[in-house]
Amino acid sequence: MPDLNPLIWWARLLALPNESRTKTIAMAFIVSGICALLVSSAAVLLAPMRDANLAAEREARLAAMLESMPGLADIVAQYGADSLETVVVDLETGEPTDIDPATFDIAAAAEVPETSSIIPGEADIAGLGRIADLAPIHILREDGELRLVILPISAVGYQSTIRAHLALEGDLNTVAGLSIIEQGETPGLGARIEEPAWQALWPGKELAGDDGEIRLSVVRGRATSAFEVDGITGATRTGNAITAAIHFWLGDYGFDDVLANLRQGAGLQ
Amino acid sequence: MKRLQHLYTPLIDNNPVTLQILGICSALAVTTSMTTALVMSLALIVVLVASSMIISAIRHHIPTSIRLILQITIIASLVIVADQVIQAFAFDISQRLSIFVGLIVTNCLVLGRAEAFAMRNPVGLSALDALGNGLGYGLVLLLIGFVRELFGAGTLFGQTVFPTIHDGGWFTPLNLMLLAPSAFFLLGLLIWAIRSVRPAQIEPVDYEISIEPNRRAP
Repeated sequence: MPDLNPLIWWARLLALPNESRTKTIAMAFIVSGICALLVSSAAVLLAPMRDANLAAEREARLAAMLESMPGLADIVAQYGADSLETVVVDLETGEPTDIDPATFDIAAAAEVPETSSIIPGEADIAGLGRIADLAPIHILREDGELRLVILPISAVGYQSTIRAHLALEGDLNTVAGLSIIEQGETPGLGARIEEPAWQALWPGKELAGDDGEIRLSVVRGRATSAFEVDGITGATRTGNAITAAIHFWLGDYGFDDVLANLRQGAGLQ
Repeated sequence: MKRLQHLYTPLIDNNPVTLQILGICSALAVTTSMTTALVMSLALIVVLVASSMIISAIRHHIPTSIRLILQITIIASLVIVADQVIQAFAFDISQRLSIFVGLIVTNCLVLGRAEAFAMRNPVGLSALDALGNGLGYGLVLLLIGFVRELFGAGTLFGQTVFPTIHDGGWFTPLNLMLLAPSAFFLLGLLIWAIRSVRPAQIEPVDYEISIEPNRRAP
């Protein structure tokens, strides 16, 4: 009668010569089984903490962005920060996608041919060459009513690529703020677009006239209308780049369809 | 105490990085600051000690034909667990270490100790040897990290030591120190210094190019 005591089987397995086929296969299964158990239990046990860390990171980034916008933190505090949602939108259709904004990397997406498009020369006023097909935007609603939309814009300036966030109020025509995220322009001249004093000129400016054409621009010298922002002396090309960024990103290749959808109140609920 | 020899010889006399030139890829990548160098060293020491002990414990039952696969499986599992723990408890450091914790698997140092020592020695000795080698690796990482962070950013563990000109101080940071080549230079200088003090570490010349004055090119 065969002995069914597992301990004896175990002892017999260990007593086998190392080079036997049975022992080789048994050792492979035992070691990989124990390792699999170890790895999966670590992954399951630590998953809640990792997710909490990722969520905290996302919030910290958003908070840093809001803080960089003069006056914007107040608006958000007024409506409650929870109401600010981030959506990754398709620039072609203007429709939202179900991609998790936390995992979407716009800089990486812009470099891969599958997830980006080449802008034809004459339309490429911002000098970007290639942009991602998707972009993350932030939307703030109050009682279902649109209050604020934050769009990422960019353009090639005098000696660097300038990245900024443009915040629009609920009518999608009044600027709530402009925040420069990244720039490497000439210190003391173009780099002054980072100064809060210059960014404070933006709230209240208007994007488009009655005919719907984008008119907002940075001008030389003093602004004379709601469509103009004071230029910085000695930084004409940086100012032009900001103008180009706004015209490009609110135009055909940018957020025009997204804004049209938002105006209709359809889609981006 | 002959046993303790296994602990301290890898620190300088038989240092895995400066003598055996193992694991320098990560030594270059994570030494831009002391914090990342320290966390990387700790992760490597934990993985190295644990894997050496496990492999040493089952060494009589590892079939020779699949020994490397078993060693790598054990090391890789421990590395994944270490990576998960760092992501859970030190998230921002894990962001800065990016893939390098995961790449401990491919660090020749770990497999080298498993294959060369743990397969032939009892658990206690293997643990001492692994700890010694891990500390030797950590020592080099911290030394290079110290120089790179101090001269590249004027800080140590993120604390300002030399106030930089950006913050109104006097110190102009050496940006080269934050780039990978500087780690190569520092590592080279370190190896040079150690081998000058201990000429026994100098390797014999493998081959020499002799120039024969009368030889004509075909």
